[in-house]
Amino acid sequence: MAKFTDKNSYTILFAVIMVLVVGSLLAGVAQGLSGRIAENQRFEKQQNILYAMGVNTNEGTSDVSFIPATEVEPAFHKYITHQLVIQGDKVTEDPEAYLIDIKKEEHMAKEDPNYVRRLPLFVGEKDGNTLYIIPMRGKGLWDAIWGFVSVDTDFVVHGVYFDHAGETPGLGANIKERYFMDDFQGEEIMSGDVFKGIDVAKGNNDPTNKRKDDQRVDALAGATITGDGVTAMIKKDVGLYIPYLKKLKNESQKTEVPNAVQDTVEPTDSIQ
Amino acid sequence: MALLSRKDSRLILDPLADNNPITIQVLGICSALAITAQLKASIVMALSVMGVLAIGNVVISLLRNVIPGKIRIIAQLVIVAALVIVVDQVLKAYSYELSKQLSVFVGLIITNCIIMGRFEAFALANGPWRSFLDGIGNAAGYGIILVIVGFFRELLGSGTLLGYKVLGDPIEKTGLYAIGYEDNGFMLLSPMALIVIGIIIWVQRSRNKALVEAE
Repeated sequence: MAKFTDKNSYTILFAVIMVLVVGSLLAGVAQGLSGRIAENQRFEKQQNILYAMGVNTNEGTSDVSFIPATEVEPAFHKYITHQLVIQGDKVTEDPEAYLIDIKKEEHMAKEDPNYVRRLPLFVGEKDGNTLYIIPMRGKGLWDAIWGFVSVDTDFVVHGVYFDHAGETPGLGANIKERYFMDDFQGEEIMSGDVFKGIDVAKGNNDPTNKRKDDQRVDALAGATITGDGVTAMIKKDVGLYIPYLKKLKNESQKTEVPNAVQDTVEPTDSIQ
Repeated sequence: MALLSRKDSRLILDPLADNNPITIQVLGICSALAITAQLKASIVMALSVMGVLAIGNVVISLLRNVIPGKIRIIAQLVIVAALVIVVDQVLKAYSYELSKQLSVFVGLIITNCIIMGRFEAFALANGPWRSFLDGIGNAAGYGIILVIVGFFRELLGSGTLLGYKVLGDPIEKTGLYAIGYEDNGFMLLSPMALIVIGIIIWVQRSRNKALVEAE
């Protein structure tokens, strides 16, 4: 005797109910957790920005060690003194500039030639130094790579943070290992007055990265395309900020917040 | 009184060695090749598969009498995919760091043949408790191989274990590197995982001739 589960009508009914139940379950879970997930992503972005400017708990460890998520928000407001948005010649202050999706901005600028993309720039103060933290996004071997680089007023790299969506563990994924990121510290991104970026270079004969004025760091073995992606990402995205940073440098024999910022910015209470 | 009956304990112990999903059933090889370059990733993957397989087995077992035979594979896929997505979302909300480590491997859990294999071969024919034990046992057997492969690949490929430099510093030339040792970059490539698994299979069958197929 045929089982009732063999009937076509039962099969269709089961499939419909299964899709409805599973779909509702997933929608409910996604909806219920979306607030918490968004908050975690926000904290992660703040941790990454702070990490790039050297605000982390790396001391005594060999791993990447962020400010704990529970402490990151006050630390972010303490160290990041200004969040700027550069849009063409216009520079404005926006306390939520760190939430700007640079992938979306890049896409919109590509789709619409008239759109002037918004470039978020973070100004931080640490140990009496003014640091500019620049977000970046590029392509690795398998998927997107992104990160932040912080430079001081002399265009010397103070720190970087890199991350990736799907690079090979043990190979390209090592761009987010501390030993690779630490190599960027002290590198100069300019050669004289010309922006060069930093090359992730194979066989640069400087494995301990003592030379800081050659715009090169040692590559990762077996991760040529990811390394090239990091090089291209720095050139492409940091390059966009150079005209503004040069302008600031020329103006800022006065050390404080740039005139260009003050001219166009309405100070807000949330900015410390 | 033993916690598990002899029959139940075999559900956990058999897949660890003589009925190992990777070395004997030759399932789950793809993910074993892909994610074992680091020991930490191997452990995270093993634990994730254990969670998904144990819960998935229980769900399939509970529904075994109502799932239509014609669409049972689709139903199994939907359930495992939903479970993986729920686990991923919960981790993103409550353990964000761990979810970031897992993100690359989530897709691999869905396509892991061990999961579909156990749903099909065991959960569809057994009760929820035994299916749960079967899920734990098979995931543990899978995890043991992953950890062994991850151990050797990370140690010989990077000179580290769980990120700690255990053979010395290759740049400063300390430890083994001081006497001329070099990391073997091949160990980080997927084909070397296949060779390490092959060696494990060879060792296992040399020790237990009953596992060798008659010619």
